[in-house]
Order: sequence, then C-alpha cells, then structure tokens
Amino acid sequence: MSSESAVQDQPAAPPGAEVVNDFSIQVATVNGSGSQTANLVLIRSLFQMGIPVSGKNLFPSNIAGLPTWYTIRASKHGYVGRKKEIDLLVAMNPETAHEDVKALDPGAAVVYDEPLKLNAVRDDLVFYPVPFDELVKPVCPDAKLRRLVRNMIYDGVLSKLLGIEMAEMEAALGRQLGKKAKAVVLNQTALKAGYDYADQHLPKRDPFRVERMDRTKGKILIEANAAIAIGAMMAGVTVVTWYPITPSSTVVETLIEYLKKYRMDTETGKATFAVVQAEDELASVGMALGAGWAGARSMTSTSGPGISLMGEFVGLGYYTEVPTVIVDVQRVGPSTGLPTRTAQGDILSTAVLSHGDTKHIMLIPSSAEECYAFTMKAFDLAERFQTPVFVMTDLDLGMNTWMSDTFQYPDKPLDRGKRLDAPTLAKLKDWGRYLDVDGDGIPWRTVPGDGMPSYFNRGSGHNAKGQYSERAEDYSTNVDRLARKFETARSFVPVEDVYVEPGAEIALVAYGSSHASVEEARDQVRNAAGIRTSYMRLKSYPFTKAVEQFIDRHQRVYVIEQNRDAQMLSLLKLDLEPGQIGKLRSVLYYAGLPIDARTISDEVLAQESETKKG
Amino acid sequence: MSTATPPTPAAPAPGKKVNRINLEVATYRGGKTTLCAGCGHNAISERIVEAYFEMGVDPARVIKLSGIGCSSKSPAYFLGSSHGFNSVHGRMPAVATGAVLANKHLLPIGVSGDGDTGAIGAGQFVHLMRRNIPIIYIVENNGCYGLTKGQLSPTADLGSKLKNGVVNDLPPMDLCALAILLGATFVARSFSGDKKQLSALLKAAIAHRGTVLLDVISPCVTFNDHEGSTKSYAYVKEHDDPVSEISFVPYFEDISVEYEPGTVQTVTMPDGSTIYLKKLDEAHDPHSKIAALTLLQESTQKGEFATGLLYIDPNRPSFTDLLNTVDTPLSMLGQERTRPPKAALDEIMERLR
Repeated sequence: MSSESAVQDQPAAPPGAEVVNDFSIQVATVNGSGSQTANLVLIRSLFQMGIPVSGKNLFPSNIAGLPTWYTIRASKHGYVGRKKEIDLLVAMNPETAHEDVKALDPGAAVVYDEPLKLNAVRDDLVFYPVPFDELVKPVCPDAKLRRLVRNMIYDGVLSKLLGIEMAEMEAALGRQLGKKAKAVVLNQTALKAGYDYADQHLPKRDPFRVERMDRTKGKILIEANAAIAIGAMMAGVTVVTWYPITPSSTVVETLIEYLKKYRMDTETGKATFAVVQAEDELASVGMALGAGWAGARSMTSTSGPGISLMGEFVGLGYYTEVPTVIVDVQRVGPSTGLPTRTAQGDILSTAVLSHGDTKHIMLIPSSAEECYAFTMKAFDLAERFQTPVFVMTDLDLGMNTWMSDTFQYPDKPLDRGKRLDAPTLAKLKDWGRYLDVDGDGIPWRTVPGDGMPSYFNRGSGHNAKGQYSERAEDYSTNVDRLARKFETARSFVPVEDVYVEPGAEIALVAYGSSHASVEEARDQVRNAAGIRTSYMRLKSYPFTKAVEQFIDRHQRVYVIEQNRDAQMLSLLKLDLEPGQIGKLRSVLYYAGLPIDARTISDEVLAQESETKKG
Repeated sequence: MSTATPPTPAAPAPGKKVNRINLEVATYRGGKTTLCAGCGHNAISERIVEAYFEMGVDPARVIKLSGIGCSSKSPAYFLGSSHGFNSVHGRMPAVATGAVLANKHLLPIGVSGDGDTGAIGAGQFVHLMRRNIPIIYIVENNGCYGLTKGQLSPTADLGSKLKNGVVNDLPPMDLCALAILLGATFVARSFSGDKKQLSALLKAAIAHRGTVLLDVISPCVTFNDHEGSTKSYAYVKEHDDPVSEISFVPYFEDISVEYEPGTVQTVTMPDGSTIYLKKLDEAHDPHSKIAALTLLQESTQKGEFATGLLYIDPNRPSFTDLLNTVDTPLSMLGQERTRPPKAALDEIMERLR
C-alpha cells in the first residue's frame, strides 16, 4: 500500500532538536476542492490546545481550478504575522507540488499525495507519502463526496505527526460542521483513517510538534471583516449600501446575517436597518451620502477600484459636509491588480480623494479588535465632523483568520454630533448651515423631516448660509473653515501607540496589518544584532501631536509600509519640519502576500549597516 | 433661508388664499430663477409650486433633488422651505434612494435633464426605475446641453446640426419607453407649455407611491428653439398629440365628475384620489405596457409627441415598502433601538471562541 522504503530512506530528526509550538504549515490545494473545512479544523484544534495561531489564505481570483494555499502558523511567542519559511507542507495539488517542494528550506517536512512521488525531487526534506485516494475509498462510498472528504485525511495525518489531540480535532470538526450529523460522521471517519495510517506507516522524522499551552484562553478566532460588521451593528448603523468586490464583500454579507439576527424590532418584527446592493460604487456611495444627509447612520464597504469610482461623490460629501462611513478593504492595485492579494496601496489617494482641496479622516486598524472599535468610532466621527470617514483595512486583516481578545461592549453612548434642535436654535438665534458658531470649524446641521430649518445642500460654491455663491471671500472662508475642522479632528482620532525604548537611536513606524510582523521584527533585530528599537503604530489620519514628539526622540525612523511608493511617509512629510523629514526612511514590501517579519528585520539591518559604513 | 413650516393650521392673513394645511402659495415658492427668460424649465417650476400648494403637501416632508445642468438648478426655484440636495452630474437617483432609505416618509421630487438622465446618469436612472423608488422624477427635456452651451444630448434629433458643423448621427433615446420597460409605475410625457395637462399630471404624481417618470418637453430658447428642431416651441405645439385628456380629483375634494359612458377611464389611486382620462381619437389603456410602448413607437414614427399619462400601475409596492422597515424613519431611531444589548455581543463572542 505505501512505499515504506521511501520513508525509511529519509534522515531522521536528530534527537533533542524538537521544535515545539513554533512552526508554519502550508496546505497546497486546488481552489474549490473543499479544503476550507479541513484547514479551519486544523487551526481551530491548535487554538483549542491553547497555542497562539494565525491562518492565512492565499487564493486566486477564481472559483474553482486554480491553486490555493492556506498557511497556519503556530507560535508559542504569540507571533501572528506571516512566517516567511514554511516548515511543513501538505502537498495536495499536483500542479504546484514540485514548485512548492523546491521552495522549502532544508529540513522541512512534506506530507504529500503518494502518486506525486515528491520524494524524488529533493533529498534534504522529510517526506511523508500518503495514499489519499486509497484511504478515502472505504471511508466514503459516495464517489462524488470523496474529493471533499479526502482533505480531512491530512488533518488526521497531521494530528498523529504533530501530536494535535484527536479529541480537539473532533471538537473543532463538530463546531465547523454544526448540525450536519452525516457530514460529521463521514469526516470523523476520514480523520481517523488519516491518523491510523500515520500511526502505522509514518514514523516521526521531523522536529515539529505541539504541546498544550494556555495562551488562547478567553480569545476568539475571527476574520476582521466580521469584526467590522459587528462594529457597524453596535454603532447603530441603519443604512448599508454596497457593491460586491473582493476582499470587502464579506463585511456586508456578515453584517446582513448579524442585522437579521439582532436588529429586528422585537414588537413588530420589522427591520431597524436597510441594506441595499447598489448597481455600482458610484451609486453605493451616493446612497450612503443621501442617507447620511437625511440623518441615518450610513455606511458602504468597498476596495480600491470602488474607492476610485467614489472619488467624485466623496468630494461632494466633504464639501457639503455629509456624514457617512466608507470601509476600504485594500487589495493590490492599480487597476484590477491582484484582486485576491493584500496591500496598503490606497492610503495616499484616499487621504485626499476627489478633485480640489480635500482631506479625509481615515482610521487605520491593526487588529480584529481595532476593526471593531474603529468602525464604531468612525460612525461617531462621521457625525461629529459631518464628513465621510474612512476605515482603512486590508485583505490580510479582512479575510484571514486572527486570534483576538473578545470585543468590549461600548461604554459610551453614540455621538450624533451637532444636530440642531429647538433649544439650540433659540440659543444660536442666527443659524446658517455652514456657520462656525463654536470656533471648531464644525457647524450645526438639520436633516429633512426633523422640523428644523431647511437648507439647500449643494456641491457648488456656497456661503455660510448654504446659499449659492461665487464670491471669492465666501469660497475661501468656507474652505478655510473646512481646514480648521480637519485640525479639530486631530484631538478626536485615536492616539498612536508609542513604545519608546530608552536610549534607542532607531525607531520603527508602521500601521494596519503590518503590526504583527513589526513586533516580531523588533525581536529579531534585537536578538540578531542587539539593536533595541522604539515603535510607533499609527492609527489614523490626521495624525496627533504624538507623531512629531516621537520622531524628535530618534535619529532614524523606519516607516514600514505595504506599498511601493511610501504613501504614509508622504503624508507624514506634509506634517513635519525638514529636520524631522530627514530622519525618515522606508521599508517597503508590495508583493501581495502579507508582510513578514524577516523582510522587515533584514531591510532595517541592511539600511543600518549602510548607515554605519557611510 | 426659510424655516420649514410644520403643518399646524395657523391663522392665515386676511384675504390671502390658503390651502388645506393653511399655507399660502408663497410658502411653496423658491428663489428667483437664473435661467434664460422664456426657458421651459421656469414654467415647469411654476406648475410644481401650484401643484404642491393645491395638493396641500407639507413642505417639511418634501425633499428636492437634482443632478447638474440647467434643469438641475431649478429645485432652488420652488419649495424654498423644503430641504434640497443638488448632487453630482447624473447621480441624483442614488442620493434620492439613500434619502428615502433613511426616511421613508419623505416625499422626494427630483429634477433632471436629458443629458443628466440619458447620458452620464443613464446607469442610475435605469436602477431607480427598476427599484420603483417613491419619487417624482422630472426630466426637463430640451434635446441639448444648455449649461455647457448647446452640445448634443441623447435626446437630440437625428441629423440635427450644431454651429460648428457637428451632425448628430444617432437616434434620440425615448426616456418614457425606457422607464416603462424598466419598471417605473407612473410614466407620462408632457410639454412645459401645456399648463392644464402638466398640472393634472403633477397632482396625480403627488398621489402616487412609486417611481413617477415625467418627461416634459421643455424648449431651450437659447440653443434649440430654431426651425427644424423637434424640441422648439413651435414644433411641439404643432405636434403635441395627447393620448387622452387628463383631469385629477384628489381624495380630499368632494367633486363628482359627470361623463358619457364609455368616454372616460378612471384610475383610482391608493389614497382614494381619482385620475380621469377622457378618450380623444383612440382609446389608450394606461395599464398596458405593451399598448404604451406601441403608442410611443407609432407617434415617434409620425414625428409626434404622445403626451399625457402613458402607463400607470398604482398598486405595485415601492422599494421602501418592500424593505419592511419599522414605521419610524431609520434616521430618527435612537440608540435604544439601534445598538443591540450586551447579551447580543456576548453571544456573538461566545460563538467565535
């Protein structure tokens, strides 16, 4: 049945060199082959054993047939960024198997479909051939289902090889398949078949194994698009408009599920929300703005191409001061780019989206928890500042699996901003839609149907009363006030996270999904070169005053970004003095995969070494 | 800047005519027009003022929307006490849709032009009609781009020639036919110079719940009123071919209309108002899409404008009816109804553990 000899030829792991809870597993399959359940069972069972994990799905823009890779990282240190090296490959896709094997570092282990004969490709790896087709036949008499069920066999094999407790795998499987009793039994049998096969035929030769830990207690596993959906619901969103686009679609799809469950009026059974799939992003943002103007908490969710289409309308929202929340789950551009890969490529264009002088508030979450909290915050800021507010996330955060603390229930009421009511009107005496009565650049607004004075919302030039005006002074007074309003926002946005290492010369600056890998890279730089680094994590645009203070404390500041053109560095330059700008350097990564720690630490050390030489 | 007037009956000034909610016609007027003297659009604005006044519509519930162009300027010239939204070119439908999602009790009136609707806004126009959004959507159709000085629009005549020698090689779009096909539930054509017909259509439109597409031929005196233009005053007067003679009796007026049997069709609106359609040359069934489309094709072939109520379906639910939202406008819901309790978040978290 199996080629025992091939296995026995392999070098055995030297005794004592065990690697516990610190490795990555990559599962290479064909898109649409139903490997998702097997992969989620795998990651969940590690999580249930208390081991910090992260899961990243590298998938093509395709429904079925093209190669896809799912990478699971287990890290006793709690590192959840992508690990550059693959320690254990599960090669299920004949098309990519040879390439996948060639890319491995020596000493890695490979579980593979036996007919692929991958053991012939290299002799410095540990090979575990598994005859999946033979194993699946007795497990699954229905030939049509075999393609799906055979994936569960590799989970069984890994359970034995790595020491993942079978009970946890079965529990994870039950959780994944829920009430589908027949499917549970079928998959459990496959799991067991894989385990038994490994037990009888695959002596352990690689160093990787797991041990129960206590690092995931109280935590959840979530894709951050779902976190945004939960944040929007808890923020009391009432109008949601959208147009399908990867990687943002699951924001609204998940939101619909939650709204249907938690936002139906208990007395009447009617909805306290409206969700509309628009005809395009021009319409989705137009609807969101129409709803925001009429007083609803509105939002839309999209990705780069949608942001480009929304540009004109966003300028209208900025200039006529209409609140809405726009979620941008960034992917690789320009144009269609790599629609299923991650990037931070919309930072600069979104900050100043639309023609004319515009500046937009952007919130930039780094984790699932922040996706939840910042989305809630975005609704408050949109209404407080009467303007479109962007939540800038990306595919890595949005569609990959993250470990997270549970989300905190909001302790503050919604901030609905300056909505005019009768007592305020009496106090103000003279109300004008764009009159800055409080000196913070933020006027008072009314909405149709609220019984307050009306006004004409127009994208053409207007004076403080909202009347049509082409007068030079009216124009400049108005846009200067808008700039003042943006300045006010500095003290309302989340403050940057700052970790200052005493005496550190160099500092790292990063934002968004890079955070996990930056933390790991800081450890690598310290362990490899003895260099301690400070770190500032940006959370918003505009920046707060903390940014300048941080830069002043350091000699060299590395701005880490997942784009080619150092977009955030460009925004920083707008706020900084020449001396501060001179300290900025770039660490850029833009190949579409989530940034990894090694890429950051190698680049920082290389530039540091250049500095020392120079 | 005027204040939205709540519909509470106040003592009217002596001698001033008031409507059924005790408002004077002045409340329904807007700012002074900046369009050309003689522009058909101004006449349409006047009809809107009259119709909303006579129907006793609460201006605080009305929202006025538009895109960009001469036509889209006109919401500033009527209903000065209502909220207005002058959006971006061709995108009024999305803004109107969002506004009624936020507050389904609002009464939107949108004004667009043939370029704003048929060219840059064609995509949004299509989907507004398809959704049957409750709105009165008026196209002030003059067959040219006025504000940018006379360029060809999608309803320009085939073969029409500009001063610079550019000839229009493309046939005009029929916005009424398009609207009928797409799902609008009240489709009519009129002429800015036909006071009686336009007034009756506007009042009937106010009684309708769903998308009203009112294609009003509105000559551009500056760029498209010359001989040979089918959108000139002279041509439209000559070729206006009403499908029926329309009159409208609102539910709150106790008027009985007498007519010869077989000469008049009546359409009862959901609010109890009645549209009377008096037969002219040939009978037209306004409930039939096929009849309306045939009629439009035939009159176009004859070089005429079939005006009047072309198609109506007063009972199809509008988009906001289908959404099954709570009675309170979504825009007015407080935190207690829009932020789920802690138990909900706890339950979600528990499922993700």
